[in-house]
Amino acid sequence: MFERIWRASLAPLVAATAAIAISSIALLISGNNPVEAFVEMWKTIDSTAAIVDIINTAVPLYISGVAVAIGFKMNLFNIGSNGQYILAALVAGWAGAEVSLPPLLHVPFVFLVAMTVGGSWALIAAILSVTRNVNVVVSTIMLNYIGIGLSAFLLSEYFRDSENGGLVAQTKVMPESARLPKLDPIFEFFGFNFGERVDLLGFLPFAILLGIAYHVLLNRSLFGYELKLSGMNADAAQSAGVNPKKMVLITLFMSGAVAGMIGLPFLLADPNFLKYGDAFPVTLGFTGLGLALLGRNSPVGVAAAAVVWATIEVATRRLGSLGIPPEIGKILQGSFLLAAVIAYEVVRRRNDAAAAEDAAAATRDDRSPPPSPAPEPAPIGATS
Amino acid sequence: MSDTGGDAIDTASAPIAIQLTDIVKRFPGVVANDGVNLTVRQGSVHAIVGENGAGKSTLMKTLYGAHQPNEGTITVKGEDRVFSSPKDAIADGIGMVFQAFMLAANLTVWENIVLGQEPGSRLSLDANEARTRIRDLGERYGLDVDPDALICDLGVGDKQRVEILKVLYRGAEILILDEPTAVLVPQEVDALFKSLRELTAQGSTIIFISHKLDEVLKHADAVTVIRQGKTVGEIPDPSTVTSNDLAEMMVGSELPTPETRDSTVTDEPVLQLSGLTVKAIDEGSRDPVHDVSFTVHRGEIVGIAGVEGNGQSELVRSLVGLLPSTGTVLLDGKDVAHMSTRARRDAGVGYISEDRQKDGLVLGFTLWENAALGHHHRPPFAKGPWLDIAGAKSRTDEIIEEFDVRTPGVDVPAFTLSGGNQQKLVVGREMTAEPKVLVAAHPTRGVDVGAQSVIWDILRDARAAGLGTILVSADLEELIGLSDRLLVMLRGEIVAEVDPSTVTPAELGSYMTGAKAGAH
Repeated sequence: MFERIWRASLAPLVAATAAIAISSIALLISGNNPVEAFVEMWKTIDSTAAIVDIINTAVPLYISGVAVAIGFKMNLFNIGSNGQYILAALVAGWAGAEVSLPPLLHVPFVFLVAMTVGGSWALIAAILSVTRNVNVVVSTIMLNYIGIGLSAFLLSEYFRDSENGGLVAQTKVMPESARLPKLDPIFEFFGFNFGERVDLLGFLPFAILLGIAYHVLLNRSLFGYELKLSGMNADAAQSAGVNPKKMVLITLFMSGAVAGMIGLPFLLADPNFLKYGDAFPVTLGFTGLGLALLGRNSPVGVAAAAVVWATIEVATRRLGSLGIPPEIGKILQGSFLLAAVIAYEVVRRRNDAAAAEDAAAATRDDRSPPPSPAPEPAPIGATS
Repeated sequence: MSDTGGDAIDTASAPIAIQLTDIVKRFPGVVANDGVNLTVRQGSVHAIVGENGAGKSTLMKTLYGAHQPNEGTITVKGEDRVFSSPKDAIADGIGMVFQAFMLAANLTVWENIVLGQEPGSRLSLDANEARTRIRDLGERYGLDVDPDALICDLGVGDKQRVEILKVLYRGAEILILDEPTAVLVPQEVDALFKSLRELTAQGSTIIFISHKLDEVLKHADAVTVIRQGKTVGEIPDPSTVTSNDLAEMMVGSELPTPETRDSTVTDEPVLQLSGLTVKAIDEGSRDPVHDVSFTVHRGEIVGIAGVEGNGQSELVRSLVGLLPSTGTVLLDGKDVAHMSTRARRDAGVGYISEDRQKDGLVLGFTLWENAALGHHHRPPFAKGPWLDIAGAKSRTDEIIEEFDVRTPGVDVPAFTLSGGNQQKLVVGREMTAEPKVLVAAHPTRGVDVGAQSVIWDILRDARAAGLGTILVSADLEELIGLSDRLLVMLRGEIVAEVDPSTVTPAELGSYMTGAKAGAH
């Protein structure tokens, strides 16, 4: 057990060390004291309130990571999750505020709209791919710009909230029935108090459910089997009777549908938003690409990646006011991602070689057929 | 002794070119070489035989400098050597020709040969110099290839000559060839060994790895047999042994033969092809498969012979629905020609693909995930829309047991298995699904003698139980031995039907190359 945890965490630990070293160098070059900077970062996150903040920040990041991870699992690079979620958030924000429904129907309705819009936008790339053989990477990238432009147009022309004079380009605020309550009371019941400054937002359970659903789909369903099969060996998938076109259509739709949910924590649970408008975060889709990579497309791995990402984000928020460039956060994130990808590959090769040797050792000699245990799985959500 | 050049140099007393003494190579948990000795005399053709996993490749990698032995010494022309990389080995004149060609298909012959060792200055490539040197090498050793031809236009034999030229161009005098004849037809094999003789006559030394014992006996001046990491036989004069002797040394038991005994052919057709055509992708070029018609009966193995690239692979792929085709394919009287791959598999078509690592297996998947491949949507692998992991694992255990797949368990990834065990898993998977028709392409390619005999047994037993089989193979012994009927494919058409009980490999070879026209 210990051995297993050690193996799984070795690569991320090495990567974290490398990332800290690289950003220290960057701090030194820019004339700052790295020790001071890291001490300040630690101080910033060393509180219950900061942890709640980190979790709130990690939730949409996690959804974004899972959205692209679904596609990555079959080597479909959905680089368009950004456009998909922006369009989805706009339409769902507008539609959600326009209808009046009881709470038990209102929230599902917003989900349905967001997922349908996100999925359909991704489906355009899928259809282009299966009918005209257009490269998915290229088409999804391009569709980002179209989606973002289209949403700006729709917002200013049709979906703008006209009641406050229409001065601010934003949708109407979600009615009470579409809002998810904060989770603080549950924790207070068990004696945890987060304090006045922060609330644990109500979208967290949905993110956890999404993770579980993703795990079940991937590892327990025939569709998940075919998804992984198509990703690992498209020729073998075809020989096994898997229809590659159908797989592309379904998978991209699903990836887009999950991407459509990226904006929902803001629309449904964050009291600072509850609407689509100017301050709405607009680059979360791109962040998801890195998180899926970092988390190796596994439900748990992407969650860990999202938490790390959110931690760095929260930790560096206060640096600007201390005269330390907050961009150090981006350097930390970027160097951590690169170092992790390299470390994973090194560990994977080593584990593969070890697995091959274990199997060879176990089968080599008939005189002593040892019932050797199966090799340990590779760290956090290996390629299989 | 060799039939072509044994009299040129008396190799038995020639100076020793390479001597490996007590080589031990350990990997964690495995001793791949456990005291291997090898003595190769200058100017000789030296064969190394052994089953898959016996340690031949490990040994050759040691000699080629790809890794270092834990114990033992390497002596080249009397001097002790330590090779820390293939660069060191090539500096001592040792070059390796790999089994899988490593050529850039869209470059020309000369470009491929000089790659990494380009003549001329840093900024300008001296193409004429390259062409001249390659022509000279070719003339000197009888390895004729047009330096300006594109690799993708060349046949297998030519590609192999390019590989050999690549090594010679780098100044190799000692050539290691890994299963050089695996992809060649008999005529090409003869041409290859003729070239190799040309090389040895001019002082080069050849080491080749082979599974084909008859060929080893025919062409080698000396043979070393390796079993389970040890040298078990050093035969300085192959004329003193038979292929059975060699096989016994290799496996410790007698060589299996592919002979099918009594005919089990019935008169019930199970698969009827008529007018099957796979259209060419470009307008105007030849159809890969053109108007092929034949019938497979229950209990019959129909062998398809042909030089690779004459439509066999397209025929196979169209039969399992991976390539669109026209014409009719009746399975048990029902037309399946327009069905999807899945529907055909469900209707009872089993499929052993020609390259297990390409589309027969997913190397990163575990054995149970691989055992489910193509059958994953049916019990015992599935329950409704869900994977039945327990069911899949127990079915995999059955396959492992029944088809003698050597593995530590069902949870290891497929890449950890040897080629033979991977193939037994594939064959086992297809057979446990109880197909009506089996489409088998090269079912024993690249597997060792032990696994080969297991697979032949499986095919024979299934035939006796009424399975109709289409067998495509490049191994003519296998085709002749197993088939009840042999069809020869040339340029996409069936050009001859021969009786496997009377035809010889050489005769079959002439049909395959079109040198002899057959009756069909």
